[in-house]
Amino acid sequence: MNKILEKKQLSADVFRMKIEAPLIAEERKAGQFLILQVDKELGERIPLTIANADAQEGFIEIIFQAVGATTRQLSRKEAGESVEAVLGPLGQPTVIEKKDGPVVCVGGGIGVAPMHPIVEAHHKIGNRVITIMGARNKDLLIMEDEMKALSDELIICTDDGSYGRKDLVTVPLKELCESDTPPAEVIAIGPPIMMKFCAETTRPYKVHTMVSLNTIMVDGTGMCGGCRVSIGGETKFVCVDGPEFDGHLVDFDNMMMRLKSYKNQEAHRCNLDIEAEKLEAERK
Amino acid sequence: MSNYKAPEILEKEASELWDTLKETELTPKSRRDIPQQDMPSQDPDIRRGNMEEVAVGYTAEQVFVESARCLQCKNAPCINGCPVSIDIPRFIKEAGDGKFGPAIDVIKESSMLPAICGRVCPQEKQCMEQCTLGKILKDPEKSVAIGRIERFLADWESENRPETAPELPPSNGKKVAIVGSGPSGLTAAADLRKAGFEVTIFEAFHKPGGVTVYGIPEFRLPKAIVEREVEGLMRMGVTFENNFLVGRTRKLKDLMEKDGYNAVYIASGAGLPKFMHIEGENLVGVFSANEFLTRSNLMKAYDSNAATPIYQAKRVAVFGGGNVAMDAARTAVRMGAEEVHIIYRRTEKEMPARVEEVHHAKEEGVIFNLLTSPVRILGDEDGRVRAIECLKYELGEPDESGRRKPVPIEGSEFTIDVETCIPAIGNTSNPLIKQTTPGLEFTRWGTIEVDENQKTSLDHVFAGGDISQGAATVILAMGDGRKAAAAIIEDLK
Repeated sequence: MNKILEKKQLSADVFRMKIEAPLIAEERKAGQFLILQVDKELGERIPLTIANADAQEGFIEIIFQAVGATTRQLSRKEAGESVEAVLGPLGQPTVIEKKDGPVVCVGGGIGVAPMHPIVEAHHKIGNRVITIMGARNKDLLIMEDEMKALSDELIICTDDGSYGRKDLVTVPLKELCESDTPPAEVIAIGPPIMMKFCAETTRPYKVHTMVSLNTIMVDGTGMCGGCRVSIGGETKFVCVDGPEFDGHLVDFDNMMMRLKSYKNQEAHRCNLDIEAEKLEAERK
Repeated sequence: MSNYKAPEILEKEASELWDTLKETELTPKSRRDIPQQDMPSQDPDIRRGNMEEVAVGYTAEQVFVESARCLQCKNAPCINGCPVSIDIPRFIKEAGDGKFGPAIDVIKESSMLPAICGRVCPQEKQCMEQCTLGKILKDPEKSVAIGRIERFLADWESENRPETAPELPPSNGKKVAIVGSGPSGLTAAADLRKAGFEVTIFEAFHKPGGVTVYGIPEFRLPKAIVEREVEGLMRMGVTFENNFLVGRTRKLKDLMEKDGYNAVYIASGAGLPKFMHIEGENLVGVFSANEFLTRSNLMKAYDSNAATPIYQAKRVAVFGGGNVAMDAARTAVRMGAEEVHIIYRRTEKEMPARVEEVHHAKEEGVIFNLLTSPVRILGDEDGRVRAIECLKYELGEPDESGRRKPVPIEGSEFTIDVETCIPAIGNTSNPLIKQTTPGLEFTRWGTIEVDENQKTSLDHVFAGGDISQGAATVILAMGDGRKAAAAIIEDLK
């Protein structure tokens, strides 16, 4: 059991939680993720990213969007309550090396959360970090202050122009690729479609671009293969070979298709969930 | 199926037969004429719709009759067939005399998990293969049904003996870490704890048991049996750390250097599921048997209240002919599939699955497509599986393993419409321990290199079960656990 130490609601369905997990806090490196399970007997195991960790205090932080059955259930938990299990840190850490040019970190939506430790690690070894953050609107932007503190330059884009530039993240990314000091490396984390277009944006400039994939998983340790993706025509497991891959080699179309595997079943479940919440609200 | 006999009928036949036998002076000749007792099982038409155990177990009379078949051979060839050398004739003698307590005690001298082994061991390839009676009758399937008697005794014990913690020697102050809570880890833990060590088992999943909880389905091995074994170990003072992935949550080296473990036994099990590298393998609706079984067993997707979904399909094709393939096919039947196919490249004779499992699968309506191999998986416009294309094979010349090699028949392509495909063709090694444990030597197949005492290339580090053998069986994994425990006891003297 892992205790929830703190919970904040960042927007309508985005939450930030501090969870007690001393061993993970100590071991985790930028780029790694975890598996969380709310309920032991009938609960689901879902992969989540690590937004932050404190080895001294023994906690990790997660930022998640309540979209599926389990994330909705998690969003109803309060500080002081516990979740059944947190397993991690999983996956291969990000390769953090000193670069000659700037490292451009592109985070979209809650993809900014797993980007935070990566930006932190690059900043720490003295790389020049340019962060591009994107969201649908101002209210959905997360971790702005933290990212500002760690980035040499911060570019904010919103789809509706309610804050920062009214652009997709690929627009400033393209500008940087065309500038006098093009990126030595690009890392993009966000919705699959965003990562796909970031990779397409950098491809003509031959800028090495890593993406971090968040696929369907059960165990997170290589045993089930549910997370498999096609990388340069070869099947790889996100949980043990990833989660980061060369964005120019990822078959995003196949991955997006696979992410929809349970769409029909989950839509049905979500409706049930909404009904249950309504009933609960009425009772109160 | 016509040859299905209801448990009540088997019970009646056995008790009538026993009434005659118990009055008779048995000779070796008359013993061999006693018919083998069938395992009573749930009606196939009913069990297709439930997850409950298929085999319901012998009655006491069936045990008496079956035990009377044992010739009590002086040289006891059956013991050599058992990877943990259970004194089989002795426990059968006790069981036949109605002394069930002493009988189970004989088994427990050598085996930690009789309720599990009685159910899942491939006896016909081990003890029963060596049985003199089976040799006389020219069929190991007709040998004394050793596993069925073993299972009866283990179940008898759990119902009739209060669960007490055995007397243990005081702690010797030395700590052993066990990686993985499957059959191998549990066996090693018991032996080490009995020898006075402080034992902690690290398990990546949220429940202990390894393959017995994620892989083997409820209808073949009820989870309550595994839980009982785990609880027994807890009462002995073994600590379980679930949701702990050695290599990631803590490096093996840190367990020894920082956390004070004097030795480690790695029994982390089978690794990554193999795929066939055919077109369409990443379509939606293609699941490794590991994934399909883990969703239904461990994550309980068969329960409509469980949060873990399982892909809905009316028609399912399982690739492979082993026990895991049978488990996946029979699980698919229970998850509501109307048409379930086994696709296997060779003939039924070469199938690695147990005869009993193949028989059960057939009774449950699974369709066997033998001498057939999938060539590619076809998808629809949403990337979902709609059919498989297969090729017919015929048997050619024997290969180096002595099995006749299947050769494709040119132009024999045909398709089967399905919505789900489940490759069940084995596993390759999990790279996790390798990625995180420098200095540990691996074979070219990715398994951990060990000597005859399960010792690895690192001091005080041992390994066994599937991570060193490749895909093996529960009992072989247990055998490794036992050997490793003995070697650790010696090593830490």
